[in-house]
Amino acid sequence: MQAVVKSPSKPEVLIQLTDVRKSYFSAEVETPVLHGITVTIQQGEFVAIMGQSGSGKSTLMNILGCLDTPTSGSYVLNGKETAQLNDNELAKVRNQTIGFVFQGFNLLKRMPLVENVSLPLLYAGVPMNEARRRGTEKLAQTGLGAFTKRLPNQISGGQQQRVAIARALVCEPALILADEPTGNLDTTTSGEIMELFTRLNSEGMSILIVTHEPDVAKYAKRLVRLKDGLVTYDGPMADAHL
Amino acid sequence: MNLTQVFLEAFRAMSMNRLRAGLTMLGIIIGVGAVVLMLAIGESVREDINRRIAAMGSNVMIILPGSSTANGVRAGNGASQTLTLADAQTLSALPTFANVAPVVRSPFQVASGANNWNTTVMGVSPEFFEIKDFIAEQGSLFGDVEMRSVSRVAVIGTTVAQNLFNESDPVGQTIRIRNRPFEIIGVLGSKGSDLGGGDQDDTVIIPITTARQQVIRTWSPGAIHYIMAQASSADQTQDAIYDATQALRIRHRIRDDAEDDFTVRDLASIAEAAQGIATALTLLLGAIGSISLLVGGIGIMNIMLVSVTERTREIGIRMALGAKRRDVLLQFLTEAIVICVCGGAIGVALAYGGSVLITKLSPMQVGVSATGIAIAFSFSAMIGIFFGFYPARRAAGLRPVEALRYE
Repeated sequence: MQAVVKSPSKPEVLIQLTDVRKSYFSAEVETPVLHGITVTIQQGEFVAIMGQSGSGKSTLMNILGCLDTPTSGSYVLNGKETAQLNDNELAKVRNQTIGFVFQGFNLLKRMPLVENVSLPLLYAGVPMNEARRRGTEKLAQTGLGAFTKRLPNQISGGQQQRVAIARALVCEPALILADEPTGNLDTTTSGEIMELFTRLNSEGMSILIVTHEPDVAKYAKRLVRLKDGLVTYDGPMADAHL
Repeated sequence: MNLTQVFLEAFRAMSMNRLRAGLTMLGIIIGVGAVVLMLAIGESVREDINRRIAAMGSNVMIILPGSSTANGVRAGNGASQTLTLADAQTLSALPTFANVAPVVRSPFQVASGANNWNTTVMGVSPEFFEIKDFIAEQGSLFGDVEMRSVSRVAVIGTTVAQNLFNESDPVGQTIRIRNRPFEIIGVLGSKGSDLGGGDQDDTVIIPITTARQQVIRTWSPGAIHYIMAQASSADQTQDAIYDATQALRIRHRIRDDAEDDFTVRDLASIAEAAQGIATALTLLLGAIGSISLLVGGIGIMNIMLVSVTERTREIGIRMALGAKRRDVLLQFLTEAIVICVCGGAIGVALAYGGSVLITKLSPMQVGVSATGIAIAFSFSAMIGIFFGFYPARRAAGLRPVEALRYE
């Protein structure tokens, strides 16, 4: 396990991927998807992971989100080796350390917005009234304070994605993990959502987005480009050829 | 996630798909309703039997002439006439007996004026009224005086009174049995049907002395059809049976290794048999109800499996947001239990309504018991847990990454 030096002055290591490999097995046939990924991400970074479909970026995303486990290699998140965590501990990591933002928003259809936002708090064991209060607060911060009682299908796509971001933030995670967050949105709305991410990053939130759109990726400060399960570029966005 | 929240979610999931939840619940409603109502009916039958037995008295017994064996062919009870008036007198002398009444009986067409009616004529001694707890509703019963004087007097049951005399007062009128006139001196209070369903009010009772001389012919001069007897107390019933058996064996000169030529049957044993039937009936009815409850439970499992499949993506989202497997398990299990318990409550209410209706429309007194409700309720909750567990475990066992990808 990697030792993490806790020091407020120096940037801490948030994510340490070391030779992460992932293969899928179907009918005894091994299909390797990730061929050894080694990436380090500090706290407070804004990173875009880019790649064609089939490059392994979704698989990498799932591993980073503790939704899936690597076949081999080490993934240390916030000082913890994830391979050593059991199902319950992984659920806790998803709850406390990571805030997910999905392409399809993934709000629960039949729940009013405020309950959607406060749901992670309930899984964290926060009492219902307190969870609701904090959910309302987060909704207000993303500019949707008036819509707490509406259902997801009663607001626009861009607003839904804001709700999803509010939900991702509600447990005060160490990291926002966004998978094609603008994939279902028009250009204007995409821009607004990316501005929101930029603002959150400037307030100190670590953000990792997976996308294949250069226009979206350019909001990030650092680019990790994947091709056929290998990292082909890892550096500042400014130096990258998008 | 706390339980309040879990229940809220379960109710919300139900209200999202009302038709489906309602239909699923219907299976449980019918099942629970059937179990509660069936148990209530079985219980009421048992209580009815208890009441009738209590009315007859637990210390009452009947001594029948035993099965006769002629040339190796055994006839049933009562086929021979081995009991005599003298046997009855011997028994009445025993201290364990309070009352002993010899009985002869035979069906007759009895007539009064232009009316006639087929009924059972019984010749008995006055003790019979004591044993059967018969009282005269109108007029009076006969006693030892009428016995000794071989009077042609009769006491009739209400069924006979209605059929022969309709509304008019039968007391003082005359009926003809075998063309001999009998004066009616009393009408018996109604007894209703006996355990076998026979009408106890459809009878004409005359003194046994008169019956034997003028109405009912027996094979041998002293023979009677059976003896009704009453032990001095309920505790002494078994002693009385023993005493009677011994006394009759001696009187009938039965060798030690030979079988009795008579049968002593006390009502307690008849009651026991009837209770056994009632219990079997209750079990049978309960089993029928349980089967419908089981079918309802399978319906729950079926719908929960569909629901888990439909909501795979939701499960994935919840897992991504930090739901533990236990949370998911609890969520689906609670849904199944809520459906079952709601269905159970409605089922109990319907069964209660049904019991009120049956009590109103039929002579049965059907009451839904608290035990029945408790059993049905816990049973329906158990059905929910049992049939909800497999789908819930399937939901909880989903891998987050696959559940999220599910379309």
